[in-house]
Amino acid sequence: MSVLINVPETAAPGEIVTIRILIQHPMETGFRTGRDGALVPRDIIESVACLYQGEEVFRADLFPAITANPILSFHLRAGETGRVEFVWTDNSGVTARDGRLLTVA
Amino acid sequence: MIRAAVLAGIVLALPAGAQDRRTGYDDMSPALQAMQDDPMNPAAFWLIDGEALWSEPAGTRGQSCADCHDAAEDSMAGVAARYPAWDEEQAAPVDLNGRIALCRDRHQGAGPQDRADPDILALLAYVTHQSRGMPLTPDPDPRLDPARARGETLFTTRMGQLNLSCAQCHDDNSGGHLAAALIPQGHPTGYPQYRLEWETLGTLERRIRGCLTGVRAEPFAPGSADFIALALYLQSRAAGLQVETLPIRP
Ligand code: HEC
Ligand code: HEC
Repeated sequence: MSVLINVPETAAPGEIVTIRILIQHPMETGFRTGRDGALVPRDIIESVACLYQGEEVFRADLFPAITANPILSFHLRAGETGRVEFVWTDNSGVTARDGRLLTVA
Repeated sequence: MIRAAVLAGIVLALPAGAQDRRTGYDDMSPALQAMQDDPMNPAAFWLIDGEALWSEPAGTRGQSCADCHDAAEDSMAGVAARYPAWDEEQAAPVDLNGRIALCRDRHQGAGPQDRADPDILALLAYVTHQSRGMPLTPDPDPRLDPARARGETLFTTRMGQLNLSCAQCHDDNSGGHLAAALIPQGHPTGYPQYRLEWETLGTLERRIRGCLTGVRAEPFAPGSADFIALALYLQSRAAGLQVETLPIRP
């Protein structure tokens, strides 16, 4: 499973920047049946959070109706140079994280 | 010169109304077009995997695609725009999907491949990406002509319990609707494609399987001669339209 994160390399102090994350994930609803007629177990990301300057700046709860390979996009006001760090957790409790450096100058 | 003449012949042979050919991209909503134009669309995952696989040794020979073909940006530019092509060893046409599977088997020694294997699909996306924006240029090899003609026959043959031909939908009724779906002209410009309905990347073969089961006809077997014949015809029918990557469809 890969992830693509879009954070501008640099921003001016106070600038509003667009942050995006695209996560490779099946987002299996748990409502579908497989070829054998049995339910395919649910496998979804349940939460995505974004941290910047030690603060949570964005959080989303995801549900079974969300598409596979979801993309999330939001705006952030650039403060100081620091990592824009994502943390996401699936319904079995597995957490992954990744981020990019945002240089503010 | 010969190539230009052959192309002109193909263009002249196009069905009525072909002057304003529209790709599936042209028919999509602005929102979906924006998704396709965005390099950060979900098809990118296959492209990334394909790029990594290109230089990864595989099979009993331990050779990578790059060992024989060097940089894909050079060696693979235009290949997807030209395929299907003739395979000397099998003395039959082969599509790009099949060619990549053959290289894995013949040249890397990785054994016979499943055409729908995720690695093959990723390599197909990566190789196709090297033809991004190039016009479809049917291979002028005359040995392909019988198969291309067979493809045209298949395209206009009624099939399945609904007794409909590809042409009845994609030539006669394109621009109309089938329930909520717009009927496109059915050009193979964007494959492999990320279909929102599939929630994954899939091949032209899979797309056509969908159309065939839609009319309750028996789908072609994977990689069958009839499927490749149809792909050859679709490609000449779409000659000059540009290769789309990374393609999105509803
Ligand atoms: C009953 C009408 C119908 C028939 C018959 C039919 N198709 Fe389709 N085809 C469609 C529709 C509708 C779509 C678009 C599906 C969607 O957007 O959900 C489509 C999509 C396609 C596409 C995708 C084009 C793109 O932009 O990616 C191709 C290629 C195609 N068909 C080829 C064929 C071939 C080849 C046949 C004959 C074997 C065939 N179709 C038979 C209705 C049909
Ligand atoms: C040992 C050398 C070798 C390796 C490794 C190899 N190929 Fe090939 N490839 C060839 C040869 C030779 C041909 C010409 C067709 C034939 O003889 O099979 C070819 C043809 C092709 C073509 C068609 C090019 C054209 O212009 O028609 C494609 C596409 C291709 N290879 C892709 C790949 C990919 C993808 C891989 C890795 C999975 C790969 N090849 C690995 C030797 C190799």
